[in-house]
Amino acid sequence: MIRSLMLPRRLAMLAILVLIVALVAVYGRWDWLANPKYQALILRGIGNTLILLVLTMGIGMALAIPLGLAQAVGPWYLAVPARAFCGLIRGTPLLLQLFLLYYGIGSLFPGIPGIRDSFLWPVLRDAWYYAVLGLSLSVAGYEGEVMRGAFKAVPHGQLEAARAMGMPRLTMFRRIWLPQALHRVLPTLGGETVLQLKATPLVALITVVDIYAVASRVRSETLITYEPLMLLAVVYMAITGLIVLMFRWFEGRVPQRVA
Amino acid sequence: MALPYGLRAGMEPSLPRVGRAGEGGVAGRIRKGTDPPACADPHNPFRGAQMIGSPLLASTLDLLALEPPGWGAVLLLGLWRSVLIAAGAFALGLVIGFFGAYGKLYGGPVTRDLLAIYTTVVRAVPELILILILYFAVTDALNQVLLAMGGEKVQISGVVAGVLVLGVVQGAYATEVLRGAIQSVPAGQIEAARAMGMPAALLARRVTLPLMLALALPGLANLWLIATKDTALLAVVGFAELTQSTRQAASTTKAFFTFYAAAGVLYLAVSILSTLVFALIERRARRGQRRVAG
Repeated sequence: MIRSLMLPRRLAMLAILVLIVALVAVYGRWDWLANPKYQALILRGIGNTLILLVLTMGIGMALAIPLGLAQAVGPWYLAVPARAFCGLIRGTPLLLQLFLLYYGIGSLFPGIPGIRDSFLWPVLRDAWYYAVLGLSLSVAGYEGEVMRGAFKAVPHGQLEAARAMGMPRLTMFRRIWLPQALHRVLPTLGGETVLQLKATPLVALITVVDIYAVASRVRSETLITYEPLMLLAVVYMAITGLIVLMFRWFEGRVPQRVA
Repeated sequence: MALPYGLRAGMEPSLPRVGRAGEGGVAGRIRKGTDPPACADPHNPFRGAQMIGSPLLASTLDLLALEPPGWGAVLLLGLWRSVLIAAGAFALGLVIGFFGAYGKLYGGPVTRDLLAIYTTVVRAVPELILILILYFAVTDALNQVLLAMGGEKVQISGVVAGVLVLGVVQGAYATEVLRGAIQSVPAGQIEAARAMGMPAALLARRVTLPLMLALALPGLANLWLIATKDTALLAVVGFAELTQSTRQAASTTKAFFTFYAAAGVLYLAVSILSTLVFALIERRARRGQRRVAG
């Protein structure tokens, strides 16, 4: 890593990069970063982005497993709806899905009499829950397709061996089928997590305060065009780097040989 | 833009100024052209449409009608613009990807490093932010050049800016797809052509490209679908593509559910149609190849 950076052309590139960063730091307007109000907002925004990412990846994967299973081996009355759901999620833009959930379905709720007094109302009027729902469904749709392939790719001999040992079906799923399918998707999961991270800023368009929304607010309040966007790009690249490193470490701990 | 609810006090400033930018620009022009109902019109037939708790089928059809009181024509125009931008961006991405892939495989060390930076950065930063940065940067740079040459400031047309911005994003992904496909062409085929003394351009045209096409098509089909869906992000800078038109229609008539669902159907139709077309193209590209079992 370090040695590959020591080549003369890479040193020259690094020097250019340092020069550009220095120019941007000196000539750009960064005074807003010293404002404690914005500092608190930026931290909160990054926190919200990370929470959204982890939460929706977790819920989405939990939904993707039954979706993939239904498509791979389910009876037709489960396979057809699962396939239709995945097609629907993958065939329309996430931004439109979020708008449909928040503005579309959300605008139908106030028409229900008495709902404003019910305990559900604080949930139904908060954009955060719509964002979590929309992003989770998106993960479920894309990963459901991935899990379908993974379930199908587990060699038949493994399952037959388990059945020959008299293993109950649920145990077989829990001990043999699911672990091997998850093992197969692990290399793609890192990339999918990065894609999900890149989808999170869309929630700012339905009024959730993530790091993108914070940057937009800074831009509209201070009338600075580029600097907040550059900060955003750096933040997202840093999180992407972290995700890649984490998955690399995790993959190193899992044995590589697949049956 | 009217927000129906769910907007807590103090949240408004964090709303990106979406929609605003478009109203004076491209969207404004459409509005003049097709003249859909304006919000302030007291005789607006859709003022009653705020009762969307019980949307009647008839009123839904009225809202989606093609003639000016309905918004069908506006949505279709938005769809046309979306497809146009997606096609342009896809084509530009293919050109960038073609040269990028050859640069990554056969270029010098500096070219390879620069291309690695390009593909890594574009794939690590959300498209939404790339679109904003590139949009402002491209507009600014063009105007700087024009001003320096003694010209006047221009407003870049939405379609052109959209194609340029999305094309640069698509190019990074296309580079990787095409590089992988070129690498999977059997080395013997290329070596045989070289041994026959074939020049590089002819070799690419007659050997590498036809052989890699079948391998690249699934990835390219995926990229095309991403392109059609990424056009929705251009709503943020105010282009009147399908999502922005839908948002305008929805916020004017307050029939949010109807319009977002209708736009979803349009996007879905595009994606289903493209999947079918790409399946046909792939079958043609694979003719004469042995069928892979499984």
